[in-house]
Amino acid sequence: MLTGLQLSSVVRFLKRVLPLSVVGVGLYLVVVMYMQQQLAFAGLFLVVLSAAAFVFCRQEAYTHRYVFPAVAGMVIFVIFPLLYTIGISFTNYSAKHLLDLPKAQQYFLQQTYKVSDKKYKYRLFFQQQNTSEKTAVIALVDDESNTTYLSSNFSLIDPVNTTLPLTLVSELPDQEPATIKTIIQHKKQLKNIKLSLPNGQHLQWVGFRHFAAVAPLYQLNDQQQLINQKTGDVLSIDWQTGFYKNNQGVKFSPGFKTYVGWQNYITVLFDPSISGPFIQIFVWTIVFSLCTVIFTLLVGLILANLLQWDLLKGKGFYRMMLILPYAVPAFISILVFKGLFNQNAGEVNYLLGSLLGVRPDWFSDPLLARTMILIVNTWLGYPYMLLLCMGLLQAIPGDLYEASAIDGASPWRNLISITLPQIIKPLTPLLIASFAFNFNNFVLITLLTSGGPDIIGATTPAGTTDLLVSYTYRLAFQDSGQNFGMAAAIATLIFLLVGALAVMQLRLSKVKV
Amino acid sequence: MAMVHPPSVKYRVWLTHAGLIGFLAIIIFPLLMVLSISFRTGNFATGHLLPVNPSLEHWSLALGFPYTQVDGTVIQPPFPVLTWLWNSIKIALISAILILMLSTTSAYAFARMRFRFKGIMLKSMLIFQMFPPVLSLVAIYALFDQLGQHISWLGINSHGAVITASLGGMALHIWTIKGYFESIDASLEEAAVVDGATIWQAFRYILLPLSIPILAVVFILAFITTIAEYPIASVLLLDVDQLTLAVGAQQYLYEQNYLWGDFAAAAVLSGLPITVIFLYCQKWIISGLTAGGVKG
Repeated sequence: MLTGLQLSSVVRFLKRVLPLSVVGVGLYLVVVMYMQQQLAFAGLFLVVLSAAAFVFCRQEAYTHRYVFPAVAGMVIFVIFPLLYTIGISFTNYSAKHLLDLPKAQQYFLQQTYKVSDKKYKYRLFFQQQNTSEKTAVIALVDDESNTTYLSSNFSLIDPVNTTLPLTLVSELPDQEPATIKTIIQHKKQLKNIKLSLPNGQHLQWVGFRHFAAVAPLYQLNDQQQLINQKTGDVLSIDWQTGFYKNNQGVKFSPGFKTYVGWQNYITVLFDPSISGPFIQIFVWTIVFSLCTVIFTLLVGLILANLLQWDLLKGKGFYRMMLILPYAVPAFISILVFKGLFNQNAGEVNYLLGSLLGVRPDWFSDPLLARTMILIVNTWLGYPYMLLLCMGLLQAIPGDLYEASAIDGASPWRNLISITLPQIIKPLTPLLIASFAFNFNNFVLITLLTSGGPDIIGATTPAGTTDLLVSYTYRLAFQDSGQNFGMAAAIATLIFLLVGALAVMQLRLSKVKV
Repeated sequence: MAMVHPPSVKYRVWLTHAGLIGFLAIIIFPLLMVLSISFRTGNFATGHLLPVNPSLEHWSLALGFPYTQVDGTVIQPPFPVLTWLWNSIKIALISAILILMLSTTSAYAFARMRFRFKGIMLKSMLIFQMFPPVLSLVAIYALFDQLGQHISWLGINSHGAVITASLGGMALHIWTIKGYFESIDASLEEAAVVDGATIWQAFRYILLPLSIPILAVVFILAFITTIAEYPIASVLLLDVDQLTLAVGAQQYLYEQNYLWGDFAAAAVLSGLPITVIFLYCQKWIISGLTAGGVKG
């Protein structure tokens, strides 16, 4: 049993040791990342850790302890990714240039070629075979000299990249060798295995039945050039294109990451095959956001006015039902609409077909697809505007309406002369925020149309309903291309725009801090 | 407002009712439709809006039970919906708790304490919150890829990564709580400090119990936002069993494998609890949204 005194001393001890150990582990991570050439990440964690150590150890930073976690979260997950993205936009980072130069070089140096035509037959023998451990040995037969070699034990579970020494033996193990089917199953692991003969020659897997002598294909010289051992070709680094090139200018994959300056921005803005779709998508993004704000505001404002009417009964019920679209999670309702609008199996076309005799092609006609998106987004967005407008309408003094009623004003006149002027000022910053939100309404587009139908003649994955955000996402993550650099350049352009909107909103809403 | 209304106003009231009900009918149509489709037989349109032969096929599949059709063939559940739902709830709960704890302490400092760069911090938080995480997904992916090489529960394809990433979005919650704290008179805490309480004690035993309502609001808001989060989870999670509902649900509606009925049952099953929570708490949520005054 611990007495209170002992307990408090334990707590005090922990208070000293715990932060220290956290910082220690963190510093270890920083060093490891630095060693792996991940300078950006190492820098990030170094800054965050030093700040943490300072804030939690110094008495004068006491107040900052309260805000530190939130600010650190913001720095790590919002600000750092933002800066990192801007950094990527100046590189050629893409599927073709995935690796850093050292890694790309390492890849070339790992390539091998067959030294001679001589092949060795092999057999695979399992030593132990259960789910957690699977070890085997390889037996090698040299047909010419009729000698047999046996390798040491190795694990077949995780692909090892090791060299196994071979020893001369008189006979094969006394058990059934693995069938060709099992060998095919373990192809990936076997490919990673190197065998070394007693005379020092290295053998590698060259087929389902054979190993053969191999040697590294490239050798590094002191000018960082790669010399092809088979053909004598000299590959030198070309920083401009991010590839290794030989003297004839032929590029060798994989390329490596390199700094390309404003190249991505120039491509996005001036290369006709890319800037054409880009500008089209940009215009649609603006039209979409504007229309969404206008439609949702219109519907919300009208409904809010109706619900303010004293003579109307059952307001609670109406209000509850009207905000229902806001209560359903968006990812569900968007998918529901995707199904309802389906060309053949959708209920919308069933209704339209039986009532009007038309079955519009909602997903393959650009204009119809855009119309559908606006309909769905108005459905999704009007309840928020309704709630905002109801709050703002309540703040308008009632005697204004009394005075206008005495003058015999129509409801329309009330709306134009009293309601709108009264709410427009507090509403503006909220409308800007709504515009910015819809400008980046990635989930709606991705789940509903995935950007399609495609823009004809575009060289990048670009769709007529794509917003800029979904376009960048497709540039970066869709199978064809994976052009991170260009995606980051477009993202940076959006950052500028959103930043301007944010500052504007902050000014207009006159936030007090 | 005591006023005399002309007789025509009665018709206008009726007209308004009719208009509202008509509008509601259109608005509610998709939701009722999904409910009806979830009881329909098969995955294809039958040409009827109401199910002709109601069947529980889709519901049993959504709940994870194989369904035996009339002709004896057995259909296996296409996706682990309940696993997805559980993943979503787990991630959202832990995220919401962490967000609540961290943003409450921050909001306390911003509301009550004076320190350097306070105004700049608050304003820049608001600005940075408007940048959508979709745009820096490459960076976020790279970040967790790096972390995962050293700390396995923070790597790609782990729920820890999604939970941690959600901690970037606390600015709005901090603003909401800060607004509430500022509406509470500080003299109680000051009195406690004069009597010898530490600042932490004044916060923990005096201010926190007074702010339960706003904490509940922020908790629910954070919970709902995380459950509906799509972009980050879609990049960080890979295996079918690891997905959240928001990422997994779309797999029902692929062109090649169109499971409309199964989707409907899964959608109602998973959407209903969230909808009910929202409607039940709507009064507090809406007051929270407008009280902060800065909701985007």
